[in-house]
Amino acid sequence: MIGYLSQRLALAFLVCLTVSLITFFLLTSSGDVVSAIAGEEATPEQIAALRRELGLDAHWTVRYLEWLGNALRGDFGNSLFFRETVADLIMHRLPNTLQLAGMSLAVMLSLSLPLGMLAAFRPNTWVDRLALSIAVMGQAMPNFWFGLILMVVFALNLGWLPPSGSGTNWHFILPAIALGYYATPPVMRLTRAGMIEVLGTDYIRTARAKGLSTTRVLFKHALRNAIIPVVALTAVQFGNMLGGSVVIETVFGIQGVGYLAWESITRLDVPVVQAIMILVAIAYITLVLVSDVLNAWLDPKIRK
Amino acid sequence: MTTVNVPGRETSGQPAATDPASAPSGSTARARWRDRDFPRRALKHSAFLVGCSILVLILLMALIAPLIAPYDPYSQSMANRLVPPIWMDGGTWDHPLGTDGLGRDYLSRVIYGSRISLLIGTFTVVCSGLIGTTLGVLAGYFGGRVDLVINFIIMTRLTLPVIMVALAVVAIVGSSLTVVILVLGLLLWDRFAVVMRSAVMQVRNQEYVQSARALGCSTPYIIVREIMPNIFGSLVVIATFEMANAILLEAALSFLGLGVQPPLPSWGLMVAEGRNYLLFDPWLIMIPGFAIFLLVLAINLMGDGLRDILTPENRN
Repeated sequence: MIGYLSQRLALAFLVCLTVSLITFFLLTSSGDVVSAIAGEEATPEQIAALRRELGLDAHWTVRYLEWLGNALRGDFGNSLFFRETVADLIMHRLPNTLQLAGMSLAVMLSLSLPLGMLAAFRPNTWVDRLALSIAVMGQAMPNFWFGLILMVVFALNLGWLPPSGSGTNWHFILPAIALGYYATPPVMRLTRAGMIEVLGTDYIRTARAKGLSTTRVLFKHALRNAIIPVVALTAVQFGNMLGGSVVIETVFGIQGVGYLAWESITRLDVPVVQAIMILVAIAYITLVLVSDVLNAWLDPKIRK
Repeated sequence: MTTVNVPGRETSGQPAATDPASAPSGSTARARWRDRDFPRRALKHSAFLVGCSILVLILLMALIAPLIAPYDPYSQSMANRLVPPIWMDGGTWDHPLGTDGLGRDYLSRVIYGSRISLLIGTFTVVCSGLIGTTLGVLAGYFGGRVDLVINFIIMTRLTLPVIMVALAVVAIVGSSLTVVILVLGLLLWDRFAVVMRSAVMQVRNQEYVQSARALGCSTPYIIVREIMPNIFGSLVVIATFEMANAILLEAALSFLGLGVQPPLPSWGLMVAEGRNYLLFDPWLIMIPGFAIFLLVLAINLMGDGLRDILTPENRN
């Protein structure tokens, strides 16, 4: 297990390094940010001075190593537009994104687990079909569109919830539903498949034969064995939600990291985009690592 | 051995919609594809039929768009702004789906929009399919070091957030239909690679491959003639899901303003433009959004159906 873990860690580290190199390379090719900031009126001397001030005149390898060294110390430089350090900017927006992701996770689990279990317990009945339709619809609906529909119905027409912003907890309900539903189908399908597999095993038949109640069989024996791959997938889906939050935060005007990413990309605020991409990558790869370890713990065959 | 985790993309867990007993699990996907039973099984699969019918209708609509669209999708008419669709008060048969904020006929724009979505879906899948299948087949067939390197590439790709990379590239390079297709084509190959890799691993030690090797067939010959036909079923199934994925991503990119640019009638862009009239004219976002939903639903239903019909061993 230690060997397996250290191998996975080394791979994760290498992947992160590659990702940082790719994003750096991608964004340094982003044309002349300096003249964009300086404006049309700036003279060539002023542009050159600004370039030196921002440290953009060195060779890209030098700048990459410098950026990497600073990033490892938690210093991602300054935003080109906000005149604030990137680290501060992200730290201020992070709580909103985490709250959104947390609430979306709750929505996703409260939809996918009960429906997946019910569908497995009563296959080919109306419950199963309902669960399947919910999954199929969720996969086909563009999440920004679903978010806008929720906004029109529950905020603009019924007036139950605020349409946009991130001031109170109420602001997060609609976006959390939109984002949570979007992440539901794979988890529900895996729950269903896992439960069907477990319910067909000998020990469940034994438990039933012993005369244990249905709820006891379902929750005590079946769920416990079916849940671990679901937990692993949930970890990965949580990482996907961080990406999905770019769209949903923009729709609902939530001042989170996703919205910041979109703003910064449209303005080519390179230091901010770079920092967010590498942080999302690290978060994602950590979650994949967690899910791999969970899977390995479940299945000793992988460990070898 | 390293395993690659594909988030939210597991192929199991597919509810069995056809009778599994009708497909002998020992036969190969190739046999099933050419099987005389294929039409019979397809006709029995109602979700597959529904998906196919919707898709054929949308395809037809895209092909004969100039013949059926009542107006030019670009011609503006300030006198006819925001005419509501026919089922609402004030709707007329002149504009069955109404007009947008610039007075352009909405039905014509929706009809022409199908061309953009289908174009993006098709070309993205061709591009990503080529990359992903090549990587997956190489990794699966050769294993060892090749597999290790390709696994690392797959892992790196999975770690990059698609939507952010696509947005950034489009912001840097500038947005056009071609750029969107290329970006998505170069990003969405991961599932092809992962599934092809494991599919090839499954068949590479089958007897017919070993006998081809014993006969002295060259590696390219074995891959093209013995391996590819047998993983073709899985390939088609992934292609449908990736097509749906690409269409959704294009819609999201266009919605965020970094995809297809105005005045092109991209459905995602139409939803973005309709946002300005969210309060009083919500149908402006409902109609193009529903079009995306319908197209993606049709493709997914067809993909689910194909998976049931072609690769019963992938079901639970």
